[in-house]
Amino acid sequence: MTTPLAGYLLVAALLFAIGLAGALVRRNAILVLIGIELMLNAANLNLIAFWRFGPHPEALTGMMFAIFSIAVAAAEAAVGLGLVISIYRHTNTTELDKINRMKG
Amino acid sequence: MATSPLFIHLDQMFIILRDWLVGFLPAALRPAAGVVLGVIAIVCVFPGLFALTTVFERKGLGRIQNRLGPNRVGPYGLFQPIADGIKSLTKEDIVPLSANAVVHFFAPLVLVVTVFMGFAVLPMGRNMVLVDMDAGLLFFFAMGAATELSVFMAGWSSRNKYSLLGAMRAVAQMISYEVVLLLSSVAVVMITGSLSLPKIVAAQNTYTGIFPHWYIFTPWGLAGFVMYAIAATAETNRSPFDLPEGESELVAGYHTEYSGFKFALFFLGEYLAMFSISGLGTTLFLGGWSAPFSFLTFIPSWIWFFSKVMLSIFVFIWMRGTLPRLRQDQLMNFAWKFCLPFTLLDLIVTALWRFMGEGWLRWVVSTAILAAAYVVMGRAGMRSEHFGPRRYRYAE
Amino acid sequence: MNVVFYLLAALTIGGGLAAVLLKHLVHCALATTVAFAGLAMLFLQLDAQFAGFAQILVYIGAVAILIVFAILLTRGSELPKDGVFSRSWFVGLAIAAGVFAVLAWAVLQSVRAVPQQMAVPAVSVRDIGNALVGRYVLPLEIVALLLTAATIGAVIVAMHEKERPKS
Repeated sequence: MTTPLAGYLLVAALLFAIGLAGALVRRNAILVLIGIELMLNAANLNLIAFWRFGPHPEALTGMMFAIFSIAVAAAEAAVGLGLVISIYRHTNTTELDKINRMKG
Repeated sequence: MATSPLFIHLDQMFIILRDWLVGFLPAALRPAAGVVLGVIAIVCVFPGLFALTTVFERKGLGRIQNRLGPNRVGPYGLFQPIADGIKSLTKEDIVPLSANAVVHFFAPLVLVVTVFMGFAVLPMGRNMVLVDMDAGLLFFFAMGAATELSVFMAGWSSRNKYSLLGAMRAVAQMISYEVVLLLSSVAVVMITGSLSLPKIVAAQNTYTGIFPHWYIFTPWGLAGFVMYAIAATAETNRSPFDLPEGESELVAGYHTEYSGFKFALFFLGEYLAMFSISGLGTTLFLGGWSAPFSFLTFIPSWIWFFSKVMLSIFVFIWMRGTLPRLRQDQLMNFAWKFCLPFTLLDLIVTALWRFMGEGWLRWVVSTAILAAAYVVMGRAGMRSEHFGPRRYRYAE
Repeated sequence: MNVVFYLLAALTIGGGLAAVLLKHLVHCALATTVAFAGLAMLFLQLDAQFAGFAQILVYIGAVAILIVFAILLTRGSELPKDGVFSRSWFVGLAIAAGVFAVLAWAVLQSVRAVPQQMAVPAVSVRDIGNALVGRYVLPLEIVALLLTAATIGAVIVAMHEKERPKS
């Protein structure tokens, strides 16, 4: 970690890996969504870090991208959790191992 | 007279005091020490006001209900907060056995910390804002949003169905009215052109003749202020929106299982939230620290700010003593079906006001649109409630 | 680098780790909130005030509450019998470790190509507003459409189905 930028990028990469591990390893559908949110947040951190330390920060590209990403992530979380609730009402479980059939 | 040295000294009394105290330190530490002194001042003043408000509330409610309030402790009961404080500090701290200890412990802390953070951006007098942030209003609302999570933490960690119900209701109510709160402030931001609270106050600090340019004296400002006041009452869970903690409904809602000092912290957090949201309301609509008439500007600015905040608190107490409680579905209907469309219309009327240019025409058009919308939406809402002869349903 | 960055990074990573490792779902949701708060403070340290406050307002004020409501509505308090990790957890962990290794290698390789210290960009909210209705007006309108569609979609997906009359 010789530069500040590398420090932020490593934190973002680590958070992304943790989110990915959470999405792949846990059984519950809601935890997969939590993992996805962590991954999106890590990408936002990457964007803001590059905006701050990159050329032309006054063009605001990184900041705009991050703000739109926050908005889109909120919309996706809402729809995803609505889907999980709807599946729970239908099959009475949220474990992904049990929702792996198209029948029923 | 408003620029005489005596006036300037009175008005800037606290700033001069702070600069004198900070002058004893080396130059490198001065900004940080100034901020620390400001924080100490806020942490001392607002809980002190909270203590005073508890007495006023109990006596005020008592008088509205045709009885005396507390009058044993001290002259006219004014030392009651001291007795209440001693009681809360010495009560046994009971934590239920099956409660989630860590979350149960942190919930009141999170509430009080986030509510105190909101005070950092309020301009309490001329030059008397703790941090002048470029996006001060956004910071305030961010802290308000973080408060909702502590309410949920308190209700869930108590492992009590009444607490959980109360917490879910409180969170649903707070999210719904938060949208109305934010949108009604956006109208002020549109006209001022800045999210920084000292600039919003400075934009209202001008006078035509003797009348001030406060935003509440404009049609869109009045509509916005009414929406803001309704949303503020709902955000702080005050009557008539206090179903989550209504004593006759849910024991004590999400703070049922808290006793002693933690309950005192919840109480403190609720009243401080009232103060900070009233402070923001006065900053946005009532002109902050500016005087109501141009010949009254010799009175120091911080006196005006705190008077307006205490007036808002008086109106809160008055509403609590007078209005009946709203049911949960009535509350949510009101937020989404009346308040939100009306606030969106207020935004459009604000834009019309801004682009119509000076003159009497914009006053007439704005007032007409807002009054017509209020009547039409109100009538439509009332018609769907089917007010008619009472129908009874009996158990079979 | 400075101590504050290490503390905030530890808070964020700790929150993330707790979110994927804890057994009880509501604890995971609260740990996610801690990670969001740590990230918001990292944004503030990077002089992106608008993004930091928007992160607190949207993620902690809305997404975390959504997650908690979903957990409560789907009886997340009951732990499954077979444990909380799926049977092929090792593969998932290996994939995540591989992704992190590749990303870290890429970051450390290109450290020399980036300038060491940049001046603080003087960005005001007015510039962001101008950018939103100037250069970025098309994404703004599309995001508005997306949010409308997402709101309507979420309500329809999660609504109770009407009882069909038994004929």
